[in-house]
Amino acid sequence: MSPVLSGAVQLSALAAALALVIRPLGDYMATMYSSNRHLRVERWIYKAIGANPDTEMRWPAYLRGVLAFSLASLLFLYGLQRFQGSLPGSLGFSSIDPDQAFNTAASFVANTNWQSYYGEQAMGHVVQTGGLAVQNFVSAAVGMAVAVALVRGFARTRTGELGNFWSDLVRGVVRILVPIAVVAAVVLVATGAIQNFSGIHEVGQFSGGTQEWNGGAVASQEVIKELGTNGGGYFNANSAHPFENPNAFSNLLEVFLILVIPFSLTRTFGRMVGSVKQGYAILATMAVIWLGFTALMMWTEFHGGGPAFEAAGGAMEGKEDRFGIGGSAIFSVATTLTSTGAVNSFHSSNTAFGGGINLLGMQLGEIAPGGVGSGLYGMLIMAVIAVFLAGLMVGRTPEYLGKKIGTREIKFAACYILVTPALVLGFTAASMALPTPPDSMTNTGAHGFSEVLYAFTSGANNNGSAFAGLNADTQWFNTTVGLAMLLGRFLPMVFVLALAGSLAEQKPVPETAGTLRTEKPMFTGLLVGSILIITGLTYFPALALGPLAEGLA
Amino acid sequence: MSTATPTRAPHSDVPSGHRPGSGRVGAGVFDPGQLVKSLPDAVRKLDPRVMVKSPVMFVVLVGSVVTTALAISDPGDWFGWVIAVWLWLTVIFANLAEAVAEGRGKAQADTLRKAKTDTVARRLVGGREERVPGTELTVGDLVVCEAGDIIPGDGDVVAGVASVDESAITGESAPVIRESGGDRSAVTGGTKVLSDRIEIRITTKPGETFIDRMIALVEGAARQKTPNEIALNILLASLTIVFMLAVVTLKPFAIYAGADDETSLIVLTALLVCLIPTTIGALLSAIGIAGMDRLVQRNVLAMSGRAVEAAGDVSTLLLDKTGTITLGNRRAAEFVPVRGTTAAELADAAQLSSLADETPEGRSVVVLAKEKYGLRERHQGELSHAEWVPFTAQTRMSGVDADGRKVRKGATGSILAWVREHGGTVADDADRVSDRISEAGGTPLLVAVEDDRGARVLGVIHLKDVVKDGMRERFTELRRMGIRTVMITGDNPLTARAIAEEAGVDDFLAEATPEDKMALIKREQAGGKLVAMTGDGTNDAPALAQADVGVAMNTGTSAAKEAGNMVDLDSNPTKLIEIVEIGKQLLITRGALTTFSIANDVAKYFAIIPAMFAVAYPGLDKLNIMRLASPESAILSAVIFNALIIVALVPLALKGVRYRPTSADRMLRRNLGIYGLGGLIAPFIGIKIIDLLLSLVPGIG
Repeated sequence: MSPVLSGAVQLSALAAALALVIRPLGDYMATMYSSNRHLRVERWIYKAIGANPDTEMRWPAYLRGVLAFSLASLLFLYGLQRFQGSLPGSLGFSSIDPDQAFNTAASFVANTNWQSYYGEQAMGHVVQTGGLAVQNFVSAAVGMAVAVALVRGFARTRTGELGNFWSDLVRGVVRILVPIAVVAAVVLVATGAIQNFSGIHEVGQFSGGTQEWNGGAVASQEVIKELGTNGGGYFNANSAHPFENPNAFSNLLEVFLILVIPFSLTRTFGRMVGSVKQGYAILATMAVIWLGFTALMMWTEFHGGGPAFEAAGGAMEGKEDRFGIGGSAIFSVATTLTSTGAVNSFHSSNTAFGGGINLLGMQLGEIAPGGVGSGLYGMLIMAVIAVFLAGLMVGRTPEYLGKKIGTREIKFAACYILVTPALVLGFTAASMALPTPPDSMTNTGAHGFSEVLYAFTSGANNNGSAFAGLNADTQWFNTTVGLAMLLGRFLPMVFVLALAGSLAEQKPVPETAGTLRTEKPMFTGLLVGSILIITGLTYFPALALGPLAEGLA
Repeated sequence: MSTATPTRAPHSDVPSGHRPGSGRVGAGVFDPGQLVKSLPDAVRKLDPRVMVKSPVMFVVLVGSVVTTALAISDPGDWFGWVIAVWLWLTVIFANLAEAVAEGRGKAQADTLRKAKTDTVARRLVGGREERVPGTELTVGDLVVCEAGDIIPGDGDVVAGVASVDESAITGESAPVIRESGGDRSAVTGGTKVLSDRIEIRITTKPGETFIDRMIALVEGAARQKTPNEIALNILLASLTIVFMLAVVTLKPFAIYAGADDETSLIVLTALLVCLIPTTIGALLSAIGIAGMDRLVQRNVLAMSGRAVEAAGDVSTLLLDKTGTITLGNRRAAEFVPVRGTTAAELADAAQLSSLADETPEGRSVVVLAKEKYGLRERHQGELSHAEWVPFTAQTRMSGVDADGRKVRKGATGSILAWVREHGGTVADDADRVSDRISEAGGTPLLVAVEDDRGARVLGVIHLKDVVKDGMRERFTELRRMGIRTVMITGDNPLTARAIAEEAGVDDFLAEATPEDKMALIKREQAGGKLVAMTGDGTNDAPALAQADVGVAMNTGTSAAKEAGNMVDLDSNPTKLIEIVEIGKQLLITRGALTTFSIANDVAKYFAIIPAMFAVAYPGLDKLNIMRLASPESAILSAVIFNALIIVALVPLALKGVRYRPTSADRMLRRNLGIYGLGGLIAPFIGIKIIDLLLSLVPGIG
């Protein structure tokens, strides 16, 4: 099979598998988030944390829950790393420095999983499994909870109540993430990923010399890393490491896990607002962008000129032979279009345009299909903006799903779309303007600039993938990327929940022939266009000086 | 039967300029000369305290000041000067758009002011008359006006009846009747009494009268931003911030790239002004003013812009049957003879007997006989020795006694009594036909004769409400726009249903009381619908206040005018439909120009980015897909295009984008095609043309 055909077959198989699962999983999540029954294990958890899972919360209360929980997680994770040196089961690694510990804690709590550390050389079993892996579950569940709260905002009327944060959080973990993760981990182990608590092995290399290999609960962490769109690898090489991602099948499985919840949530959304068609319109928007980006990525990676390209059949530098260009392209688009950030190839070694596609993918705001939860709410915010423009053009006060998009709603949506560009462009500009941060670049010219731009794009959009090539373990980058991650995660949540509260208070506007039909292909087209144009306009100058300058040279 | 007295004003059926069936909102005329005339006003508006209200244009103003300062600091740099000049022009063009829009209202305000000349009021105090200036009147004062007097303030007639010339306000020269009691008691300050004498109780403080509010409205002084306008402003402000971020952060990126010289502050300011949505930012307030103005041109006064916007959102229209859906009066539609009589015989008798009936119904019988049966219209004088029996409300019949023949026409009961009185018989099918007509929603009138064959009924005249031309089509259009129409009538359900079916309304409310109307509005609103209605009577006031769009007829009481949020000076209830269309057009114009403005940016990037960075990264010259002559001409072309497009779109902003009643889907497809795709493509062409012209200037190309 030619590499191009193999890529196409893999993509089709992936799309088919997703198409099969979206409906049942989406329906299951809708039922689960709408049910009032509690499992026994959930009751224990509520009792342990002292939360009442049955009280309805208005948006400020819901937000307080999100922030309090995340702050507690942040402090716990920070402490765990700072005391690693004194904890048992740490493979003898020392405590983490304050700036790196802050960066890592922020990174995992913000569902980003940016890693300025080398997993196998810095983090022991306790931090990896007791700290990082736990955050992989709960930070993902927080994102889903906020998305569900926004969906309730659309679905409910004449109430400000958005549900109960604690119950949404716990259910997301107990009823969605854990069951899928368990099954998938078993499959992953079967493909050859490791799962143990063994120590460090010294192994001889073929070329002479030795290498140190860690054991660890890798498969279980790998699975939630993808499923929860987290992305933080057990090992520094992340999903390119054979212990994390042994072969082409495990590779596809991991991409499937990355995409399955974000795509399925569109069905959940459709069910909860009472119109599956509305969900499919959002799904179609996400799918169009995802497929388009994947096709473009494959084209640029297979294309390429020069003797090395021709010998390898494409841009093979930085890619694993066992995945090939197709498997790497599919993975790298999936990981940057969701807020995952796991990598199975070096994005820095992609063609210039390939790197640009990765960058633009994140800059879209991680919405196609985006992170678990965050993808849906980000996309719904864009839908609100698109509805506003389109709604005016049909001569009515814009309305979406029977809710008016008025001054308050547009204010929150506008604030939402301001956050990440401000963080990305602000921090990148500061890094370029200050004397020392540019020293972290290992490349010069446009590619060097892309490294810095990528770092903050990845951080502020909660992606977590690295372009590789940038030495990010400096006080400056640890701190600024850490801040970008926290602000890029939680500020938008404030606006999303405020918007949800405002929507839930409204009374519904009945649909008439004069209403903009948001379940039609035309709206999907409009939404895709708005997303590309608004993001494109925001980042075009920066992209021109990075990947475009490099690629057009 | 014909007992109904016309309750509407004499000109209630005056066409409002709307051509039924065409379904298009007409546009005001735009004269390019207005641009020149409004220039001084535009310059006056450069005051930063005024400009700050439009965040987008304020940024351009700051940019103009900055580039001017830079140009002064380096006077030899022609490029800086040219950019500065064009940025100033951009701001002035924006102000010009607003000034032109306001200018159109000013002319109207001047006319109104003439009507508001200082009047002397004849105040009645304890039966004594004293002369005081109109400005000293207070609410509750009693004044008297006689023929030739200007009414000193808004109020209600409490005694007397007079004909009043209201042309100062309505532009309609035919005088109207104002009388105490009933729904025609309201008078407006500034109008002139033409005959008779009336006593008026003043209901408004001086300075707050109808005419004062009108002046403020048409001048735009009372203009407040509407909810959608505020929301749009927020979105525009946030886009402005995004672009400021993109441009400000570009400097360090450029320094790193080695393009410090090419990204001078002047160039970056030019880029920023090109990117922020100046087109819509410049035209936004003009669009709003022009929207109100379009209503004023149709003689509708909206008390708030909010009401105009709400009109676009309306999903239920409550329309009064009489005057709105049907012509004011019933008309004869058919002659149904009883057995043994021919239709021609009946028509002849009907016409004869109606000659002495001056009511509209009576006249319609004469007309029908003429048009349908070819009977020449006769005049009362033509018949000698005829004794005419005129129609009165008491007898409820009319007729004539001539040549030994008595012909009568009238309400069923009256004619039956008359026939029996004259010893005649009633054909049994007369009853049947009458019942059938009643069931069909019509009104039967009987025609009877007494001659040598005795007294007998000849047949029945079918009187029915006549639905106005083109109403059915309009309702179909409204349905396509997603608007439900409900007919309100005092008729019984049977009659109401028949007319509702004929007119094609979606629903009807029969035997409607003001309470029923109110309940209907509340029910619709509870379902999230916005309701529009018209009304004129005092008993309409609560419903007018409750409705989201309440259009009071100018002929109505002051209570109704106070309660509604719009007043129709022509008192033409059909205009409600136009008001809805104008509301929609206002929103569409804003949305379309915003989309256009944002789509424009793509081309500007392709002009400016290569101009700035092709030196540092030669590969980026490939982005110069327009093949612009030089970096300077590229940047300049983008800035000039950005300024000129504002002027080019002023007529569109004032007229509003073309609007046809159609479904949301089709409307969106059309507007996205024109303003989205058009906005993407137009600047590529425009910038290229400007660049071609500029490259002819020595030293640029």
